[in-house]
Amino acid sequence: MKKIVITVVGKDQVGIIGKVCTFLADRSINILDITQTIVAGYFNMMMIVEAEQTGDEFIKMVDDLKALGETIGVVIQAQNEDIFNMMHRI
Amino acid sequence: MLNINEVIETNQMIHEMNLDVRTITMGISLLDCVGKDLEETREKIYTKITTCAKDLVSTGEEISREYGVPIVNKRISITPIALVGNSVASCPKDFVKIAQTLDEAAKTVGVNFIGGYSALVSKGMTRADENLIRSIPEALSVTERVCSSVNVGSTKTGINMDAVKLIGEMIKETAFLTKDNDCLGCAKFVVFTNAPDDNPFMAGAFHGVTEADTIINVGVSGPGVVKRALETVRGQSFEILCETIKKTAFKVTRVGQLVAQEASRRLGVPFGIIDLSLAPTPAIGDSVGEILEEIGLEYAGAPGTTAALALLNDQVKKGGVMASSYVGGLSGAFIPVSEDQRMIDAVEAGALTIEKLEAMTCVCSVGLDMIAIPGDTKATTISGIIADEMALGMVNQKTTAVRIIPVIGKGVGERVHFGGLLGYAPIMPVNQYSCDAFINRGGRIPAPIHSFKN
Repeated sequence: MKKIVITVVGKDQVGIIGKVCTFLADRSINILDITQTIVAGYFNMMMIVEAEQTGDEFIKMVDDLKALGETIGVVIQAQNEDIFNMMHRI
Repeated sequence: MLNINEVIETNQMIHEMNLDVRTITMGISLLDCVGKDLEETREKIYTKITTCAKDLVSTGEEISREYGVPIVNKRISITPIALVGNSVASCPKDFVKIAQTLDEAAKTVGVNFIGGYSALVSKGMTRADENLIRSIPEALSVTERVCSSVNVGSTKTGINMDAVKLIGEMIKETAFLTKDNDCLGCAKFVVFTNAPDDNPFMAGAFHGVTEADTIINVGVSGPGVVKRALETVRGQSFEILCETIKKTAFKVTRVGQLVAQEASRRLGVPFGIIDLSLAPTPAIGDSVGEILEEIGLEYAGAPGTTAALALLNDQVKKGGVMASSYVGGLSGAFIPVSEDQRMIDAVEAGALTIEKLEAMTCVCSVGLDMIAIPGDTKATTISGIIADEMALGMVNQKTTAVRIIPVIGKGVGERVHFGGLLGYAPIMPVNQYSCDAFINRGGRIPAPIHSFKN
């Protein structure tokens, strides 16, 4: 199972975490960690999740999350965690 | 566990500072494609390329979406065609037919460029080499995605001045044949000394004969990331400046390493090298010229530019080398004029001249790149510019290159627009004094002595 980093960036509003969590629960995706902070006035949230989805299924999830973000009015991105580990860990 | 600031930093690099992987280039050997005649050879070339690279573009896109990092180009490099066509192409027209096959194959697999319409003539030209060089103008005018290069010198062999002379003429002819398209043919041709076998960047990519059958090479970029990092250390010492560049180059290169490993695994093709290059684009904030300004110059080209570029290039390599298991290609900072907005601005402000660019190429990769000159520049003058640049590479044991565009019908002060990643360029003035007698001597410049380094 691979670890995915989901980031949500945008203007803070009610229900962002709830909507993303419902999306993930519907797909049996387990959340390992949630952190949030405000950078330059923008709401930043990071979730680390464990997903079974691979290949096309994973890409579809990435697209669906992006679309969910558009309906809420925030930017949601899902990325394989390896890109961050490669850059920040030796 | 990752912390949120690290995640935000990476994503800011991608979204705000133009961090990307500039190219995944698949090197494909065509040495086993030589058939009994030209037609059979063309067929074998087409089949091999379209088989080996059939999943290249889709795999690149899949990796890009999974990791959330743009992979701008997917490309192919091939064995120098002068070698492949040696026994089956008997005239320049035959070579042009091979170029058309390469163009078709590139379009079929969806790559934007295929490089390796090339000849390696650092000591002498075979008949096939000369035929290929003579075919370059037509080949580049009738194809869209084929890139061509010729290696005319090396530290070990000296410079083949017969080839340099011929190439000056071919560049003029290429410009003429593509004059209705802003002389774009010349932007797809580069002349080298000490050309590397594993360069993933166009127009000079080819798959050297020392390479395996297929290989994945990756070119990283990220001038915007370095620029932004340097904004935080304004006014501080060279020690801090250099440490900052190194750390940034490390991070940028790690992304390239990840993409290269994944592409290699998914395509079942061995990983060759990462090319550690700061490759600018015309986009704002994606400029090497801007980094030079951030280091402390009013414009690229001001006194101090060569020193600033030398330290930049060296720190990029020092940071990048540790981030990757294999490093190769051209590795350094590219200084193309048309592809870098601040370099264009420096030229238009009168701060940057061809002569200063030539000095800058002594300390960085690669050479006089994407420089537009007046269309009425003589072929021998172009050869003279090439010879100067080749001499720098030969003596300093480094790769140097020239990609120069004589823009037919335009003069100094005018602009030429190539479009896309190739950008636009102001026409630069060229020294008007003649080097005819020098270029017309014929023969080759002997290899330099490797001692008494002064």
